[in-house]
Amino acid sequence: MATPEDAQADDGSDGRLLLLSDEDNVLVARQPISAGETILVTGVPVHIGKDILLGHKIARQTIAESEKVRKYGAPIGSATRAIALGEHVHVHNMKSDYTRTHIIDASDEEKSR
Amino acid sequence: MSRQSDVKATELRGYPRSDGRKGIRNVVIVAYLVECAHHVGREIVSNFRGKDVHLIGFPGCFPNEYAQHMMERLCTHPNIGAVLLLSLGCESFNKFSLSRIVAASDRPVATLTIQNNGGTLSTIEDGTAWVGEQLEALKAAETVPMRLDELVVGTVCGGSDGTSGLTGNPAVGRAFDRLVEAGATCIFEETGELIGCEEIMADRATTPGLADELRASVAKAARYYATLGYGSFAPGNADGGLSTIEEKSMGAYAKSGSSPISGIIKPGDIAPTGGLFLMDVVPDGEVRFGFPNISDNAEIVEMIASGCHLTLFVTGRGSVAGSAISPVIKVCANPETYRKLAGDMDVDAGRILEGDATLDEVGTEILTLIMEVARGTKTKSEHLGHREFILTYKSFEPIGPACLPTAA
Repeated sequence: MATPEDAQADDGSDGRLLLLSDEDNVLVARQPISAGETILVTGVPVHIGKDILLGHKIARQTIAESEKVRKYGAPIGSATRAIALGEHVHVHNMKSDYTRTHIIDASDEEKSR
Repeated sequence: MSRQSDVKATELRGYPRSDGRKGIRNVVIVAYLVECAHHVGREIVSNFRGKDVHLIGFPGCFPNEYAQHMMERLCTHPNIGAVLLLSLGCESFNKFSLSRIVAASDRPVATLTIQNNGGTLSTIEDGTAWVGEQLEALKAAETVPMRLDELVVGTVCGGSDGTSGLTGNPAVGRAFDRLVEAGATCIFEETGELIGCEEIMADRATTPGLADELRASVAKAARYYATLGYGSFAPGNADGGLSTIEEKSMGAYAKSGSSPISGIIKPGDIAPTGGLFLMDVVPDGEVRFGFPNISDNAEIVEMIASGCHLTLFVTGRGSVAGSAISPVIKVCANPETYRKLAGDMDVDAGRILEGDATLDEVGTEILTLIMEVARGTKTKSEHLGHREFILTYKSFEPIGPACLPTAA
């Protein structure tokens, strides 16, 4: 498994993104990326529509519905719909292959309190 | 006192106990044996603010073999110097057996039964007087050299986020690798947070039989949590970027490091040798008493019951937890969280993400801190007076022979 110091994606992606394994189809934000920025993901410019927080994932390639999402070189769940290159990959477009993920519906403003 | 030739012997000192283990603290424990005695215990302990007097207990009135065994292990933990048991008088907990076991360990022990002791006020007075005497007596306790291979260290993660598996957990893994190499006993958990990691973990087993047991322990956890309808996954995990239990698991697994896995133990089992052990915390049999561990402190307590002198706690979202009995070292994986909660965190592992340190450097820092805390330096949570404690109902079958190949 790659370590943060050698995992900076050297595939033409923004320096704030980590590639943890060559087999992965997601990149991990090691620093926040702001909404409105256009960043490179594997050399392709991608417009970021919503803030990407530290530790969150974006798609390194298009991911088909039902395809496994891979991080650390291992499957971490399946896509629940098609995911575009550069899109935020999270509970809204992927699910566990074991037990469902419990989330609380609240706004970002409510969560900051 | 004769000096031992082993250079590591000069590095640590511990309080010698009759079972051969050594403590890095010398705590007076006040233990209530049913919730009805909790208030009296809390009042007694409140008279010793800032002193090493900790409150633990079991709230239930129904008997439970696991809870009885856990209390025996906790009250005879090497960090414990004296034990006060608080009974209401009509509960199911076997205080007689617990008292005999503590006495047999050569520790001072007293039992106060509220119904036979004139009620709340006089029990608080008598308990306070007894604890005060023990604290005075413990001042004279001598320490002896303690080797690194006599140290037992646990690791737990809680309040995890997308950074936990990148910085805090792998840095703890580096520290674990070096402790295991030095002969120490290292324990990691928890099977409900290793779902999806069973095959890569089984590859590290020292025997094929143990590999099968490792797979089986994770399968048991997956079944257990599926029945309950929730994984070991909190909404804060998702806020921090983790999408699924298997993603959280991959990050949690990293804290085990890369040493061979020497065995599986269950809560309260003492590892037979040094090396790396998985603690199987999920109850056996049908789902009976609810969630295996209702929150992080229940896991820390199980680590302590298995003899951990201290626990490494990795957090991303920002847990402020400490524990009764054994110090908790908090490793913060997320640099933003560290800046918000620096007063609660012992190690800033998140700086790895900002290019300010490597995993090896933070691993070394954790190892150095373990040695300092073992020598008596207080952790942040100890300074702040955190002494959380949770013990609830569970049921376990004894561990099978394939789980501990080195013990045979």
